[in-house]
Amino acid sequence: MTFTDALAAALDLVLGLDPRFTEVVGLSLRVTLSAVFLAAVIGLPLGALLGIARFPGRSGVIVLVNAMMGLPPVVAGLLLFLLLSRSGPLGSLGLLFTPGAMIAAQTLLVLPIVVALTRQTVEDLWTEYRDHLHSLGMTGARAVPTLLWDARFALATALLAGFGRASAEVGAVLIVGGNIAGYTRTMTTAIALETSKGDLALALGLGFVLLVLTLFVNGAAYGASRIGARAAG
Amino acid sequence: MQAQSSVLPLSVSDLGFETDGRALLSGVSFSLPQGGITAVVGPNGAGKSLLLRLCHGLLTPSSGTVRWAAGDGVLGGRKRHAMVFQKPVMLRRSVRANMDHALAAAGWDAGSRAERSQAALSRFGLAALADRPARLLSGGEQQRLAVARAWALAPEVIFLDEPCSNLDPGATVRIEAMLAELAAEGVTLMMTTHDLAQARRSAGRVLFLDRGDLVEDASAETFFDAPRTAQARAFLRGDLLW
Repeated sequence: MTFTDALAAALDLVLGLDPRFTEVVGLSLRVTLSAVFLAAVIGLPLGALLGIARFPGRSGVIVLVNAMMGLPPVVAGLLLFLLLSRSGPLGSLGLLFTPGAMIAAQTLLVLPIVVALTRQTVEDLWTEYRDHLHSLGMTGARAVPTLLWDARFALATALLAGFGRASAEVGAVLIVGGNIAGYTRTMTTAIALETSKGDLALALGLGFVLLVLTLFVNGAAYGASRIGARAAG
Repeated sequence: MQAQSSVLPLSVSDLGFETDGRALLSGVSFSLPQGGITAVVGPNGAGKSLLLRLCHGLLTPSSGTVRWAAGDGVLGGRKRHAMVFQKPVMLRRSVRANMDHALAAAGWDAGSRAERSQAALSRFGLAALADRPARLLSGGEQQRLAVARAWALAPEVIFLDEPCSNLDPGATVRIEAMLAELAAEGVTLMMTTHDLAQARRSAGRVLFLDRGDLVEDASAETFFDAPRTAQARAFLRGDLLW
């Protein structure tokens, strides 16, 4: 099979919405979007609190969270694998090799990005807003909703960065998901597998979708910051 | 009954503030009765802004007390003093949303908010700008919004920290006229300014601070025409005080 043959077959898969192909894309999006949603629900308030709270050891926490942004996906996968395996502390949940485990793994990868970027954004905003919000009686956690809302455009970019990281990673979902056809096979794990099997058409088709997705995410991030600049100044 | 209907007078006694062992303000005592415009003047670093922040409760004194006549400055569940900052803090939202946010934060219920917000916007000539992003307003418009936002909270006292320092003469005149109107309606104003002409134009009373001490507390007329201390005379002559 030549490269052009593979490309033609890939186009057929994509344009013909082959079920083998759409199933994988669908699962990938479901897992990654769920992970980003969970990371947002946990990470936005947590990051904001970290941005405005002052406590001993705060610098250490910030360094740790920043460092976690670079957590290798395979290591995250391994840790979660140990937690979720039969004999592990959370083994009784029976989550290993399910989409649930994959969502957990990707949440673990996205969360530090959301917390770290939210912390930075909110801290800058807090410096500017502190006197005014104090004057209005908004101190501590009461200030968080205002700060998150006013940082909304920067935070949209943070979430998109998280989405980018989760959709592109292969190590974590491979380890805790197991790459089971029709159940836990995502775009990235499928590409790895199909390439080694020699089915370049499917690998290329999925690769194409991933590239388009990346392009879309970056376009959206750029758009969010432009809209933010125009709407909020 | 009188005592329960107003948080004034404000009594400041022996007020001190220090940071890193350096006294930035010490032994300041004065009383702020209802009404009028009080200007706080003095060279840079004299502690003018600091005094306002302490009075407004943004900072905790190192020594001495800031005592309101009633309820710690709060009456009927609402803080009765507001503050306008040198660089107006504009939330990243529309002009109207800035107003609504302040009212909501100060405990106004949703029903009365819209009406109050509209009243404040109309009164300060901001109605036409209501849907514009606040941060894209001009400096003068932003400061006008800041004053309107403070007024909307129905305070008895408004503290203003150099309200006109970043404004051109036209915008300054407009803000001064607004402040005079508020004072005429019985709102008590206390503002810092480095602009002596402004203090002379607007204020009825002057507090002169130098290096953290309250050196003179006099009517504006007395302060400008017959200052009691050598420091004040030097300051008014434009000498640098060290």
